[in-house]
Amino acid sequence: MIYMDHSATTPVDKRVLEFMLPYFDKKYGNASSLHSMGQEAKKALEEAREKIAKVINADPSEIYFTSGGTESNNFAIKGIAFANKDKGKHIITTKIEHDCVLNTCKWLEKIGFEVTYLDVDRYGLIDSGVLEASLRDDTILVSIMHANNEIGTIQDMEEIGKIVGESNAYLHTDAVQSVTKIPIDVKKMNVDMLSISSHKIFGPKGVGCLYIRKGVKIDPLMHGGGHEGGLRSGTENIAGIAGFGEAMKIGEEERPRTMPRLEKLRDKIIDNVLKIDNTFLNGHPKKRLPINANFSFRFIEGESLVLLLDSRGIEASTGSACSSKSLEPSHVLLAIGLKPEDAHGSLRITLGKDNTEKDVDYLLKVLPEIVSELREMSPFKKDYGEFE
Amino acid sequence: MYSQKVIDHFMNPRNKGKLKDYDAVGKVGNPVCGDVMYIYIKVKDNRIEDIGWETMGCAAAIATSSMITELAKGKTLEEAEKITKKDIADALDGLPPIKMHCSNLAADGLKKAIENYKNGVKK
Repeated sequence: MIYMDHSATTPVDKRVLEFMLPYFDKKYGNASSLHSMGQEAKKALEEAREKIAKVINADPSEIYFTSGGTESNNFAIKGIAFANKDKGKHIITTKIEHDCVLNTCKWLEKIGFEVTYLDVDRYGLIDSGVLEASLRDDTILVSIMHANNEIGTIQDMEEIGKIVGESNAYLHTDAVQSVTKIPIDVKKMNVDMLSISSHKIFGPKGVGCLYIRKGVKIDPLMHGGGHEGGLRSGTENIAGIAGFGEAMKIGEEERPRTMPRLEKLRDKIIDNVLKIDNTFLNGHPKKRLPINANFSFRFIEGESLVLLLDSRGIEASTGSACSSKSLEPSHVLLAIGLKPEDAHGSLRITLGKDNTEKDVDYLLKVLPEIVSELREMSPFKKDYGEFE
Repeated sequence: MYSQKVIDHFMNPRNKGKLKDYDAVGKVGNPVCGDVMYIYIKVKDNRIEDIGWETMGCAAAIATSSMITELAKGKTLEEAEKITKKDIADALDGLPPIKMHCSNLAADGLKKAIENYKNGVKK
């Protein structure tokens, strides 16, 4: 199988796995224990914290381990909301956030918070003027994702950081998709919080972190024994955290070599796939993750496309409603202005370091065949006829 | 998620394509929902002599289009009209619950085609 769904998840890098293994059965101590094995675990925990902090230009004491991206985003948003509710109840986010941000915001609306969901343009970029105009005295948090998981569009976080920096609000960014793909510097971006997930960067599942700038007023979601500076109780997942740290280190070290290569392969995919008629690229032509390509093929449906690709040995994903639990097509594709019928026919290809030019050539051979097979079956050939 | 039979009919769809010489067509679904089905029938002596289809949709939509051709071919119009969504799903060894309504349009498509045939509407 050729795996091209790296924004969904990644395999654990063999070096990362090796690094983790001793922490399951040999160095299995509890980092809170005083004895030697406990202290060994504590050391692994702090080393991982250092590795991660270094990649994003933070202080190790500003890294808080969590169970992954969803928890980090929940922690940032609810944690700020609960701790600052006396200051204000207004939150700003965008319409293209991951569900774990959107559904957290929707839930906060139910308990009395007010949320502004910023529109994006056809490429998925927010309008910084609109962001500025949306900020109020009672705005306590702005949460804007760095790079979008579906269309790969990268927001200008430095500009956003400047704007929010002049307000009373904290700034959080979901960097789950961007870390180790593009450079990240929390100081340059002027963000107060930043979410990272391990399994998107060739680390293990079930672990991630939230960067919280020193001095940010935030409440924990997990109360207990006071782990992670009292902000995230629960015995630390040492093996996972050790693996996460190592995956960050390797990913960032290899980024300057890996990403230009993948970007070139991705561009080859885009150039060739766009030769198929009635096909267009979703997301920004330049400001996008080097691993991401997202297309809409008119007159066909994405689930069928993904299943036929799978049958020929390629694993990818779609924003079609038929692949979702909600029966709604991707909210991201709708937010960039796609008609639902075109959102249904979308395909997301996300490359990873193991993908080769041979893989891409094979994709470029089978994809046009599958698109034309499905179009042959479709009642629509040139337009949506009576439905236009 | 899908039964072996659904996958088989999706990967190797039976009787696909528009009939060259059809008597009526039933069009159901909407591109906005992601599923559209056109069921074409050729009728001889009150029986469905031939049946074809064009479908834009998910694997379940394509598999049900394929399956209804097997269920309806050779049947009288009265028998064919009685084919239900459940009959199609059962013949496919079941469909995921979420797909039962949105993608299982073939029975409606066939009923519409037969209705159009009886009313002398070809388009």
